[in-house]
Amino acid sequence: MIELVSEDRCIQCGLCVKVCPTNVFDTNEDGLPVIARQEDCQTCYMCEAYCPVDALFVAHHADEKVAVTEQDLIDRDLLGSWRAIIGFGSRGKVSMAANDTTPILRQARSGIARGE
Amino acid sequence: MVSEQPEERLVADVLVIGGGPAGAWAAWSAASHGARTVLADKGYLGTSGATAPGGTGFLYVEPDKEKREKAVADRLKSGGYLSEEPWIYRLMEQAYLNIQLVEQWGYRFPLDENGNLYKAHMQGPEYMELMRRVVKKAGVTILDQHPALELLTDEHGVGGARGVNRLSGKSWEVRAHSVILATGGCAFLSKGLGCNVQTGDGQLMAAELGVEMSGMEFSRQYATTAAFGTVTRNRVLGFASFYDEAGNVIHEGGPRQDHFFAVHLHKGPVYAMLTHGNTPEKQAIIRASTPLWFVPFDRAGIDPFTQKFPIKMRYEGTIRGTGGIRLVGDYCSTTVPGLFAAGDAASREKTAGARSGGGAYNASWAIASGTWSGKGAAEHALAHGKSANHRDLRPAGRYGLRHTAESAEPIPVREVVKAVQNEMFPLGINYFRSEPIIAASLERLHKQWPLVRGSVDSSATARVQARETAAMVINARWMYSAALIRKETRGMHTMTEYPELDEAMSSRLLLSGIGDIRHRWEDVPRRYGSITPAVVVKERQSV
Repeated sequence: MIELVSEDRCIQCGLCVKVCPTNVFDTNEDGLPVIARQEDCQTCYMCEAYCPVDALFVAHHADEKVAVTEQDLIDRDLLGSWRAIIGFGSRGKVSMAANDTTPILRQARSGIARGE
Repeated sequence: MVSEQPEERLVADVLVIGGGPAGAWAAWSAASHGARTVLADKGYLGTSGATAPGGTGFLYVEPDKEKREKAVADRLKSGGYLSEEPWIYRLMEQAYLNIQLVEQWGYRFPLDENGNLYKAHMQGPEYMELMRRVVKKAGVTILDQHPALELLTDEHGVGGARGVNRLSGKSWEVRAHSVILATGGCAFLSKGLGCNVQTGDGQLMAAELGVEMSGMEFSRQYATTAAFGTVTRNRVLGFASFYDEAGNVIHEGGPRQDHFFAVHLHKGPVYAMLTHGNTPEKQAIIRASTPLWFVPFDRAGIDPFTQKFPIKMRYEGTIRGTGGIRLVGDYCSTTVPGLFAAGDAASREKTAGARSGGGAYNASWAIASGTWSGKGAAEHALAHGKSANHRDLRPAGRYGLRHTAESAEPIPVREVVKAVQNEMFPLGINYFRSEPIIAASLERLHKQWPLVRGSVDSSATARVQARETAAMVINARWMYSAALIRKETRGMHTMTEYPELDEAMSSRLLLSGIGDIRHRWEDVPRRYGSITPAVVVKERQSV
């Protein structure tokens, strides 16, 4: 579930509030997004994908809260890691679509039936 | 309580409700056929729906006679003979044509080992981000965070919808001679990847206008995830070995027997490890094919190639089942004039029959049914002389709404949702279907129904969740009612007491009614050699 909105990084663009498919965020008086309905988060990672400044973090657990600290996430290179894989914001330098290995996935699969 | 006058008002020719792939293709198609089109989504066109977060395979068959004949024969059999040959051919052709458009618009398909573009798989975030731009460029007005709550109707049929803007709390109304329901299937907030937007709202809205549901028994569908996670992409688990609680190997990889996950998870915990991703090269290929699958593992600090992790099955209902709103015309019309359905909200039996066969059939169906419904809806709307603003329309919603409450007692949303999940999620009820168990479960579900006639708070969240709750209860009741009537095993529907396919039931099962549920059987149309041509929209520039 969503666990972090970095006030340091947030530029108050409102995009996360608008793109969340399950309406998890509200905007507070200062214009910052706040996690208002964490239990409605479906752990789809889309808010992170769209955040232009890597200010959001969705933890791995779908049903339980996970304690996180911003510094630890920065140290582990996790803030913005999903957006970087998709390539959103990279001006076309990175594309998850172009890097899709689905056409050669069966090459990796060869040998499984033979127990290799 | 009288229904409130909406604060945001728009008039259009076509209203599309839902912003997943089916809604996006429907809106593009309607606008491309000359209709003023509005798309209203509960969330955001680009992130909503089961397709957007992850990767999706497509039914994509080159226009080669032999390849397509084989694909059709395979599907007729696996679909339990409830699909229709002309519709399968038409689906293949439409998906093929539209995927060429996706390429023209700039989706970056990867190359296969022979250096050809591989177009049978797309990554959801980029696909749906592209579709948003396509829909905008076609001139469609997009209303994000605008869940629809009820349809508008008069004696001529449907005439628009009302809902609430979740961000402002204001009510909205769009009047339109044609409405396309592209609201998705129903998975009861199971948190399968991207599935929580789809709570069966469109099915309830259609039923309130008297439209029948078809194939609701074909809803016995789960997907396997890491127990803590949401990412439902079983192809990664094709590289796994599986273990029981004591660490004994129960499967070493390769093809698994039918019902493998359900049988073992019904007995106790099951663990997996990607033992066949045993070289750096293989690991890189697996990761880059399905990157999101690895995100929760990287965050949890688990290396799935060398460490065991628990798995579970998340229910996918009619998102990957095939039941839904009954279609009657070639362009996805329903029995109500002006009302169309596309994607997972609609019954997919015409093309998929009694089994979805994974993402591929449904993903191509979203493209094709969206395109067809958009054309049908545009032509229906443009045949009217005057705009829908002149019609004497009334709201058609009857359940889970503020203005239809029959008691002052609030709808206990969380409790009702939990009660429905307790009937729909357990493998012991919904997967291993057995007559007495399903019958007892259905009785408990019926007892939840009066609760959705309670009162609803005025906040946008409360209004949306109350309506979703009503939709989930009725979808659950339809699913188990249909399961009990189909006394056989066919496609994805099984019944312990009736383990064989019964030739006498090679028909579609239609349900009608909300308070009282009635049924009738419909013969599968057998029309050979008359294939309705695919819709061709000339598009040249990239987006």
